[in-house]
Amino acid sequence: MKQLLSGNEAVARGAYESGVKVASAYPGTPSTEILQNLAKYEGVYAEWAPNEKVAFEVGIGASMAGVRALVAMKHVGLNVAADPFMTFAYTGVNGGFLLACADDPGMHSSQNEQDNRYFARFAMVPLFEPSDSQEAKDMVGVALQVSEEYDTPSILRLTTRVSHSKGIVRMGSPSGTPAKSFSRDRKKYVMIPAYARIRHPMVLERLEKLKGFSERTSLNRIEWGKSSVGIICSGISYQYAKEVIPEASFLKLGVSYPIPEKKIRRFASKVKRLLVVEELEPFLEEQILAMGIRVEGKKYFPRLDEFSPEIVEEGLRKAKLLKPKRVPVTSAPTPPTASLPRPPVMCPGCPHRSFFFALNQAKGIVLSDIGCYTLSVLPPLEAIDSCICMGASISTAHGVAKAIERAQLEEKRPIFAVIGDSTFLHSGVTSLMDVAYNKGNVKVVILDNRTTGMTGGQDHPGTGRTLQGEQTRQVDLPKLVESLGIKRVRVVDPYDLKTTSQVIQEEVSAEEPSVIITNRPCVMMEKFAPGLVHKVDPELCEGCGMCLRLGCPAIVPGEEIPSKKEGGKVRRKAEIDPTLCRGCTVCEQLCKQGAISMAGA
Amino acid sequence: MAKNKNSVKNILIVGVGGQGVILASDILSEVAMLSGLDVKKSEVHGMAQRGGVVSSHVRFGKKVRSPLIPKAEADVLLSFELAEALRWLGFLKLGGRAVVNSQKIVPPIVSTGLAQYPEGAEELLKKSSTSPILVDALGIAEELGNPRLVNTILLGMTSRLLELPEPVWKKVVSQRVPKAFKELNLKAFEKGQSLV
Repeated sequence: MKQLLSGNEAVARGAYESGVKVASAYPGTPSTEILQNLAKYEGVYAEWAPNEKVAFEVGIGASMAGVRALVAMKHVGLNVAADPFMTFAYTGVNGGFLLACADDPGMHSSQNEQDNRYFARFAMVPLFEPSDSQEAKDMVGVALQVSEEYDTPSILRLTTRVSHSKGIVRMGSPSGTPAKSFSRDRKKYVMIPAYARIRHPMVLERLEKLKGFSERTSLNRIEWGKSSVGIICSGISYQYAKEVIPEASFLKLGVSYPIPEKKIRRFASKVKRLLVVEELEPFLEEQILAMGIRVEGKKYFPRLDEFSPEIVEEGLRKAKLLKPKRVPVTSAPTPPTASLPRPPVMCPGCPHRSFFFALNQAKGIVLSDIGCYTLSVLPPLEAIDSCICMGASISTAHGVAKAIERAQLEEKRPIFAVIGDSTFLHSGVTSLMDVAYNKGNVKVVILDNRTTGMTGGQDHPGTGRTLQGEQTRQVDLPKLVESLGIKRVRVVDPYDLKTTSQVIQEEVSAEEPSVIITNRPCVMMEKFAPGLVHKVDPELCEGCGMCLRLGCPAIVPGEEIPSKKEGGKVRRKAEIDPTLCRGCTVCEQLCKQGAISMAGA
Repeated sequence: MAKNKNSVKNILIVGVGGQGVILASDILSEVAMLSGLDVKKSEVHGMAQRGGVVSSHVRFGKKVRSPLIPKAEADVLLSFELAEALRWLGFLKLGGRAVVNSQKIVPPIVSTGLAQYPEGAEELLKKSSTSPILVDALGIAEELGNPRLVNTILLGMTSRLLELPEPVWKKVVSQRVPKAFKELNLKAFEKGQSLV
């Protein structure tokens, strides 16, 4: 049977077919759908962990117990999980262990575009790079086999374009991989210095053996074409290059670490020019150069952003391997007025919007975090001053506050940290502990919308539901915060602008740290209540534009109001799109003319 | 570009987050697969979907390599929104056709006066040599009884520009919509077909 699967769906299918029994992940674009899909297969235990480090360690445990395990995360998630990852590379596995890690070249939904292939080299573990959905599914099985055979964790490195592209995949049936059992082996798993010193040389020996695998595997294959040019590539770059210059000879690397040196030498000796076509960093190019082989790559292809067929074509043209650019035969050149900016925005009725509107009145320094609320940096709210990584808001705010205090800086603005519920549980808790323990004075806001919003609404320890849909225990945020030593904890309804502003003011004037928790759930999770839709009374609206300052997609400028003075500014009455309005009432509270009310009223 | 390019059909579907672009490209891809062709489709999820620009590339033929359509190689541009049609026009190849829903979705950045919705977008489109097929799909959908039928109407129109078997289209559309709305969607599909 064949099905159209995305790369992520294919990884889930591959894990199911290869007998993976335990899977753990923290959601992160573009990796989220791996666990969401794996959770649907019978016989698989799949969970959302609070963060990637926890997810990775759950996988290690399952492997120690002799069961095949998969952990999934986005590229920056591996930074969080790097600690267990680096040492697990020493201990090796019992049951097969696969890390499915998705990079985001082009930063479609990420804070950086780091090339995680270096992690494989850093930890000296095998790296698999699929170029489409079928390969993604097939490689999961091979990578798990290699993991068991060579006693190593394996990495399946995806990119946005592989994770989120769909292709036709041939389904297989699940193989009965017998689970082993937990076997005590202290010198293998207890990494005290004395035992770690035994394991490190074994890592180097293993790497030599893996080089042999890399030479033999058909995942690293030569496709002979013209001898004038040979192209080495991995991942999605293979598909682009193959489309643009199909006549070339190709060395396609499915296992891109360790590289098959002999195969590369043989390939290089048979072609006149050798090029590496790889997205992001010169990972392969530098290793091949270090072998003393003449190879070209980043001279022609960018180190930034994701590739496309055009970018690969352009590079090959620079390398004089393709004829000069023909004028693209487009029938319709894009008119200059076409570039309407359409930045991503918070949804109509989003509880974050009204909170930031109230927060802006406090005129503070706002250290923020990663989630939908990061969008508040854009106009018209322009409410935050930083976003570094998951959990950084509270600790950076603490640093700012301490620096101002110790350096006696002229700074009267209050210091805020703003963090979502899922991000707080991911890695904000320890930061808040730091603030309480070290007597900081930071005003921490937890925007609790009871979901992981930006990745599409995943459950977490604060939602009371598991990935596989079971009811479960729920973190009590106010109690958790209090237990860390925070005395001032306030829960506010962010749709109530007046009270929210008042609470913010009260907390700002307190000489100790405090936590404000907002209590409205994400509107994407709520059933639309048509009865609450609001409308503008055109008789009363004076076009003052106050409601438009919220930046709500449901409020649009409508009918013109002619200016009283000649040449004066033309005002427009506000209109509310009834298909978008969720009835949050925030615009109603802002309207001084009382022109906005519930549509039915 | 590639030697096999003539055997690969490229359809770029664009719109604004939440409009159903991805469902439409899922349906089209499924139809191509069930017609015995190789298919790839690609789009970006996550941040962009929050009211941002959404584009989905669908390619099918004997063998498809890249999941992305190169610029100026799309056979059909299907736009769910007027200004989005202008943005992506450069992807159309010579002789390619644009199917455009004339609905305007004005982003908040325009409401707050920081940008302008392209003036005379319809005229600009009509002036281009793509002989665009402009349609008020939302109006038609409302006439048929449900604004959510926009998607199916536009697919019905697009189906007339592609050589994929009609029974397969109808089968996939029937499977992909809620059961209670199956008949209505088939009617909307046929309405779309009649417009091209």
